[in-house]
Amino acid sequence: MIATLYVFVLASFIGLGVVRRVSRLLHTPLMSITNALSAISVVGAILVAGGDYPPRIRVLGAIALFASMTNIVSGFLITDRMLKMFKTDDKSGGRGRT
Amino acid sequence: MMYGVSQIGYLVASALFIFALHWMNSPTTARKAVYAGVAGTALAIVVTWAEPSVIHHLWIIVAIVAGFIVGVPLSRVPLTAVPQRTALSHAFGGAAAGLVGTAEYYLRLSEGPEHLTPFWMVALIAEVILGFLTVTGSLMAAGKLQEVKWVPQRPVTYPLQNVTNLLLFGITLALATALTLHPAAAWAPVIFAVIVALALLFGVLLIIPIGGADMPTVIAILNSYAGLSAVAMGFVLDNKLLITAGALDGSSGLILAIIMCKAMNRSFTNVLFGAFGQVKQAEAIGGDKVYKSETIEGAAQALEQASSVVIVPGYGMAVAQAQHKVRELYDQLKKRGITVKFAIHPVAGRMPGHMNVLLAEADIPYTDLIEMDDINPDMPQVDVALVVGANDVVNPAARSDKGSPIYGMPIIDADKARSVFAIKRSKNPGFAGIDNQLYFSDRTWMLFGDAKGVIGELVKQLAGGSGMH
Repeated sequence: MIATLYVFVLASFIGLGVVRRVSRLLHTPLMSITNALSAISVVGAILVAGGDYPPRIRVLGAIALFASMTNIVSGFLITDRMLKMFKTDDKSGGRGRT
Repeated sequence: MMYGVSQIGYLVASALFIFALHWMNSPTTARKAVYAGVAGTALAIVVTWAEPSVIHHLWIIVAIVAGFIVGVPLSRVPLTAVPQRTALSHAFGGAAAGLVGTAEYYLRLSEGPEHLTPFWMVALIAEVILGFLTVTGSLMAAGKLQEVKWVPQRPVTYPLQNVTNLLLFGITLALATALTLHPAAAWAPVIFAVIVALALLFGVLLIIPIGGADMPTVIAILNSYAGLSAVAMGFVLDNKLLITAGALDGSSGLILAIIMCKAMNRSFTNVLFGAFGQVKQAEAIGGDKVYKSETIEGAAQALEQASSVVIVPGYGMAVAQAQHKVRELYDQLKKRGITVKFAIHPVAGRMPGHMNVLLAEADIPYTDLIEMDDINPDMPQVDVALVVGANDVVNPAARSDKGSPIYGMPIIDADKARSVFAIKRSKNPGFAGIDNQLYFSDRTWMLFGDAKGVIGELVKQLAGGSGMH
């Protein structure tokens, strides 16, 4: 139990340190990627949905699994879609001489 | 044996997640972040699925396929709808935590009260409350952002609002304590259900008094709640990967919320309980001052003669989907050797970083997107400031008028530019319901109309004037 609290405190400090350095340009993608990362609650959902439990319990797990999986898929895809758009001048190429 | 394998898998996944956030510090490395995140998540799913305790596979497969079916379209929404999508995904995250928590409680209850230790119960109740509160709160936020008809856009306030909320919170806390102390009592499952209902109600009550202009902060706070509910789930399941990922998400939401609050010069409590923009609306300047409007031709001429132009985008640009037209204007001006920069206010738009993403979508190089603090010292040297659908973030009342509800909020100093053109859809005040002194300044000319239309006309004018041989 105390070990899990340790993990929480240390991970929070790492999180605060790392996120503080994230470019302000990328705050929207940051939000969508952290959203996909925290959908790791999918592991809890798998254990409930696939365990040797009565169906009424497992159905809760299956719905939770669906919800987390939606976040994983849409979170990573939209983050990548947004990040692809961030270009510097030379790559964008459209400085247009006519 | 299997336990060891999955634990190592979780450890590697945790490390990958931390790298993912680290790589978000620059647009050049950011795409690696996605690969690291996907790799970590996939690894965690595989090792969990391979656990010997997982014996039923059909529902898992069905749920994963359904997740793809819903997730893929949700990732293709227009970028103007990203705030709603984000709020919706917080709701999904909260739902996952709340549902797993509910399942775990009834499971352990049937296995016997000795499994329901106080520490475990506290974590479980935290998971369930945070999870379900995030569900309804985020759905309300998404409804407000999507402008769904039956969700009120303006803050809803009523007498004794905060007292009522506080009272409900007290009741929830009392019930939670009772449940922690007697988790296996005959009435416990009922109390558990009541706590779930109260959490759902709470989510609604917390969001209805909050106005649209505060949405960036609210989304960040909900992000934090969703992360914390994952942490609580990690405690419930004794899973360190969940705790790590949840803590990363929670601290990210917290930092974003703090940045948003600072950018509005307001405190958390003020955002959450202040019912912004409702009370002070009466203090608007009134109609005795007049706007000066300008024609497209005049504005185009002024832009052409400028040597430096700063464009200040706001939510109005997103609403009008004007970012691509803005790009054409940017090209026209660049072609003439004019320096063009964008001034980005942290709370412009409806979520953190909203403007950057929209402008990046329109292929504007991110090196020309300048943060408020970096561009403000240069504003007095700027020939033309073009305000595209921004309102409160350029309102000089924030600096000068102590009676204004936005007094003290840092703003982009558009009013210090040599001349200002402001594109505005109508003569109504902005989302916060405050009149903007910038529009009445001697150096400001108004261009009334839809942002996309007005900029399109400007581009046509500029292209017509120079494209001839």
